[in-house]
Amino acid sequence: MTADPSIHVIGLGKAFGGHLVLDDVSLDVRPGEAVALLGPNGAGKSTLLRILATLLRASRGTARVAGYDCSRQPESVRARVGLLAHGAWVYEDLTALENLKFWATLGGLPNGPEALGGALAAVELDRVADERVRTFSLGMKRRLALARFVLARPPVLLLDEPFAGIDQRAGKWLDEHLGAFKAAGGAILMATHSFGRGLGVADRIAILAGGRVALDTPLGALAPDDVRRLYDLHAEDGA
Amino acid sequence: MSGLQRGLGWLAVASLTAGIVMALGVAPREATQGNVQRIMYVHVPAILIAYLAFAVVLVASVIYLWRRAAGADRLAHASAEVGVVFTGINIATGSIWGKPTWGTWWTWDARLTSASIMFVIYLGYLLLRAMIEDRERGARFAAVLGIVAALDIPLVHFSVYWWRTLHQPSTLLRPGPAPMDPTFVVALTINLVAFALLYAYFLARRVRLLEREEQVLA
Amino acid sequence: MIYARRAWIVLWKDLLSERRSKETLNALFFFSLLLLFLFQFTLGADRERLVAALPGLLWLGFILSGLVGLGRAFLAERENDCWEGLLLAPGDKSAIYLGKVAGNLLLMLLVEAILLVLFAVFFNLDLAAHLLPLAPVIGLGTIGFAAVGTLFGAMTAHVRARELLFPVLLLPVQVPVLLGAVKATEAVLLGEPLAAVGHWLGLLAAADVIYLTVGVLTFDAVLEA
Repeated sequence: MTADPSIHVIGLGKAFGGHLVLDDVSLDVRPGEAVALLGPNGAGKSTLLRILATLLRASRGTARVAGYDCSRQPESVRARVGLLAHGAWVYEDLTALENLKFWATLGGLPNGPEALGGALAAVELDRVADERVRTFSLGMKRRLALARFVLARPPVLLLDEPFAGIDQRAGKWLDEHLGAFKAAGGAILMATHSFGRGLGVADRIAILAGGRVALDTPLGALAPDDVRRLYDLHAEDGA
Repeated sequence: MSGLQRGLGWLAVASLTAGIVMALGVAPREATQGNVQRIMYVHVPAILIAYLAFAVVLVASVIYLWRRAAGADRLAHASAEVGVVFTGINIATGSIWGKPTWGTWWTWDARLTSASIMFVIYLGYLLLRAMIEDRERGARFAAVLGIVAALDIPLVHFSVYWWRTLHQPSTLLRPGPAPMDPTFVVALTINLVAFALLYAYFLARRVRLLEREEQVLA
Repeated sequence: MIYARRAWIVLWKDLLSERRSKETLNALFFFSLLLLFLFQFTLGADRERLVAALPGLLWLGFILSGLVGLGRAFLAERENDCWEGLLLAPGDKSAIYLGKVAGNLLLMLLVEAILLVLFAVFFNLDLAAHLLPLAPVIGLGTIGFAAVGTLFGAMTAHVRARELLFPVLLLPVQVPVLLGAVKATEAVLLGEPLAAVGHWLGLLAAADVIYLTVGVLTFDAVLEA
């Protein structure tokens, strides 16, 4: 029952210059579990995700993803984590198919025509596979980014504001996909601003404030309004 | 300031004094150039120590990229600063020496030119450090530049040397017997040691200062 | 093998993007044209003087257009945060560096070919006869420029004042390449055999090897966030 956590963070701290962004963060995410990371701007949500993705090095503390240490075994972590950050990692002048082929080849993933076509179909971009990404909406670019995960099949997803700037329909689609990923045993850590849609797939919420996890609680039967009240309470306390 | 550092400082002052006495008092007047030649006692040690300083930048940069030790980064930073100052002294004294000797403040003489290119390269190095706010990123980029710059020095040297040579052959590093009065050699050596001590003192002080700066910022 | 595939896919991506947008190439073409006008206006109509200064002018044109072109080389990676993906891609990052160098090299060689044609046409010069011995000189010089330019371009892409910092860092380091290339070009245009400038070619080759080696070994540290 108690599987090893997919994400395991203890006493994590990160300072930029003289400014302490993360002070003492501890958090676990288990396989098949989705945790929504809430917090005001500048609370360090993105910083935490970037440390877990090995884009940044922590100043202190430990972070482990899928059993590998983020600062000492970054290559092993990189092979097991999918990061969807603010930028969708797409080249505007390449087509959807070309973009996917580029990342698949660079990452040593399956890059044959069937694999690429299948991945594009999975994110419902097969009909625009040969169109330039420049013409895509933000939601379509996000979906193209998700197509990489279809190829790589990482056991852990780190998502930074995945619902920001996309329309209702794309949001619903994303919810369904994340739900399926979770059901297959994947772990999700997701930074979000919105109390409504963003919480759809979440099993737990963790509120980040003052460089610490101010509250870590199962979402259970909490309504969005309850979450907002909790958020206001803790975010102000920590700040 | 530690006692060791203070001792180093006084040692530098003492040897510099001895160097000045040797250069201006004891060493004989050079036959063809006259008293102007005495500027060599500053000009030559300055550039040799600058080379040493940039070699230290290279080694410290490699160590930084390898081990990511903040101490190596501070050492590279400090050594580059002192090296730039010493290169500047070399260029300035060379220019002053050039006025009575060649009749002009500046000629595109091979060694003066390569010293100035080196000067500009390492000024760029310091500029890069100043322009990057994130300390860790600044350290990494500076280390890469420190390696490129140091490996570039021999290339600069050869290319400029082939491009134009006006200078008299290198004073100390020439192979074969030195054609100079032994007093010249002694005076030059004392000044070289004095500059080396001065470099070590400046380096120690700057490293300490950078350390303090980081403590205040952290 | 996998290494070569990864370098190739980076080159493929850059060339394809450039072929679609033609942003850099178009801009550089007009920039080269402007440079020619500039040379003409500042040196006057005296053809003798232009010819005497030709090796220097040629390389000035190459280097100025190279500065403009290489300075942009990593901007595409900044857009949509693609550099994060490059950094997180498994395996040796130097493959990405070599792919980038190759792309920049091809772009610069293309612009240089355009500049040569423009020089020949507008200044009424017979460059065709010298093309064969000129090719290795231009090739060796441009490799060195692209090798350091790519490395520094990746660094300065993260800096606010990159338009300023990029040339300030790159130009002094490139002095040996510039001197060697200009001197060798001068000799070639005077009809001397390549053997007469063997030492300059040797220096250029040595510079290329040193720059590429340092680039391969340090690119990892440059790419890191």
